[in-house]
Amino acid sequence: MFVSHLSLVDFRSYEHVDVELGEGINAFVGPNGQGKTNIVEAIGYLATLRSHRVASEIPLIRAGTERAVIRSRIVRGDRASTVEVEIVPGKSNRARINRGSLTRARDILGLLHAVTFAPEDLVLVKGDPDARRDFLDVLCVQLAPRFASVLADYERVLRQRNTLLKTASGPRRGSDEGGFDLHTLEVWDAKLAQLGAKITHLRHGIVQELAPHIARTYDEVSAGQGVATAMYRSSLDAYADDEQTIGAATTISEAMIEAQLLDTLAKLRAKELQRGVTLVGPHRDDVVLTINDLAVKSYASHGESWSFALALRLASYDLLTVGPQHESHQWVPWGNDAEPVIILDDVFAELDVKRRDRLVERVARAKQVLITAAVAEDVPEGLDGRRFDVMQAEVTRVL
Amino acid sequence: MSTKPTTIKDVYEGAVQDLIDELGRLPGVGPKSAQRIAFHILDADPADVQRLATALVEAKARVRFCDVCGNVAQAETCQICADPRRIDTVICVVEESKDVVAIERTREFRGKYHVLGGAINPIDGIGPSDLRIRELMARLQDGVVQEVILATDPNVEGEATAAYLARMLTAIEVKITRLASGLPVGGDLEFADEVTLGRAFEGRTLIGS
Ligand SMILES: Nc1ncnc2c1ncn2[C@@H]1O[C@H](COP(=O)(O)OP(=O)(O)OP(=O)(O)O)[C@@H](O)[C@H]1O
Ligand SMILES: [Mg+2]
Ligand SMILES: [Zn+2]
Repeated sequence: MFVSHLSLVDFRSYEHVDVELGEGINAFVGPNGQGKTNIVEAIGYLATLRSHRVASEIPLIRAGTERAVIRSRIVRGDRASTVEVEIVPGKSNRARINRGSLTRARDILGLLHAVTFAPEDLVLVKGDPDARRDFLDVLCVQLAPRFASVLADYERVLRQRNTLLKTASGPRRGSDEGGFDLHTLEVWDAKLAQLGAKITHLRHGIVQELAPHIARTYDEVSAGQGVATAMYRSSLDAYADDEQTIGAATTISEAMIEAQLLDTLAKLRAKELQRGVTLVGPHRDDVVLTINDLAVKSYASHGESWSFALALRLASYDLLTVGPQHESHQWVPWGNDAEPVIILDDVFAELDVKRRDRLVERVARAKQVLITAAVAEDVPEGLDGRRFDVMQAEVTRVL
Repeated sequence: MSTKPTTIKDVYEGAVQDLIDELGRLPGVGPKSAQRIAFHILDADPADVQRLATALVEAKARVRFCDVCGNVAQAETCQICADPRRIDTVICVVEESKDVVAIERTREFRGKYHVLGGAINPIDGIGPSDLRIRELMARLQDGVVQEVILATDPNVEGEATAAYLARMLTAIEVKITRLASGLPVGGDLEFADEVTLGRAFEGRTLIGS
């Protein structure tokens, strides 16, 4: 699939811009701070409803305005559709598909696939677990769009439960205001376990789908320098009685995880009340990455880490292209022309020549590639296509 | 090149600003809408403005909450509780009075209501003891009520409240049902259209008895 037209209103630095994009390579070139990343960020947002740079939506709205609109034309196979999303911080975002009536923004998930490579990707490998959880969740909503609401509800339940634990352990406990109510906590336990099991189950499945792609893409990027693996690590494992971890299990049922979560929450109750936080659940999970059986986070060199980060993005791209393989992972009907748009935000300047060449080789024939670079020389040879100059939030096609 | 953005606050003073501030405190009214409404009021006929002001003051003075169900009422009991044609054996539990209005519009329901006054929401500091749950329990003591329909909002807090009530009600011999799914998840009951809400009522599921 590819984006043939993009139009922004009050998004980031753009008051209004229209860009006609082509299949193949589209390079955005211009000095720092002119608005190159802003363009590709908008396309990433259409695919994931998130920015690859910021967690809050406020910076996405042009300063001094209240709402931003991203409008696009997406071509998949021989069908084109218009997809439009309106971002209003503090309110629920809304979307419109093919001039239909307004719906929730969530309804556009799955219509566009995109994978963004950015200099920040090193945190996927070297950073804290939350970066890897985010990586999985972004992939998760593209592979299984209906899980967006599960993720949002889990976030909400977690915040509610943590607040309850805090007030229960705080000075108000036992006061005549009603104090701590065990029944209420049990209600939140049940919700947390129910939603948490869905997320753990899905992420476990996605890591299983991703792992063979990672092994292959790492082999390509590093030119056979090692065997890369990825395994889901559940926070439940630390409290389980048996040796079998969730990550190592080939099949695992949602009901089993739910029961285990409920069980563990009961076991941890005293500790949680003391600490005032939820100690187990998918918000504490991680993905363990290894090269030749050594944990990448602690052992890998800088170059190996970069190769792994690239491998993770390429593996997402491959997985989104071919779709999930295991029959129990058919979250949505996959359909044809699912190949994601590739976004390369400032990555070539970060890479050494070898990795750069291998990445070029890998993306040169992709359906659509969007590249940002400060100078034309940073766009590697072999990636010819459209070129746009970006200057003070004006985009001009030059090639 | 850039000029300092002037906020609305910098511009108006005294009575006009007070009016904008008060309007801006209303739910769903942002600073721009508050400004627009304020100038609409300033432009309007004095008699119209007087009618609005009277309506506000009268409503606040006259409207109270039903002693039985907690719905808005003009007297000690609301019109629904006082209506002899309504069935006594089914109680529909909702979060707010506006949910009663939404359900009444569907014309699917002939029983009575119980308005909780919100949902369990630790972040907002609302626990079960802040809701009219004790009053609900009291209404179920005489064994007249056969079914309690839990019609709290289809969002995280509404679900938690329904789950909590279901637990509390297991001690009482009564059928407990929940509105069928199909309502927009994560939303407010009051925003569901009549047909969807009506269907959710017809297809309600048993969650305990
Ligand atoms: N919400 C916003 N409102 C107005 N301007 C914004 C907003 N968000 C970002 N900008 C401006 O956009 C510019 C950054 O744009 P962008 O990140 O696209 O730059 P870039 O061309 O990718 O630069 P670089 O080469 O440094 O990566 C900055 O000048 C920033 O001030
Ligand atoms: Mg940039
Ligand atoms: Zn009443």
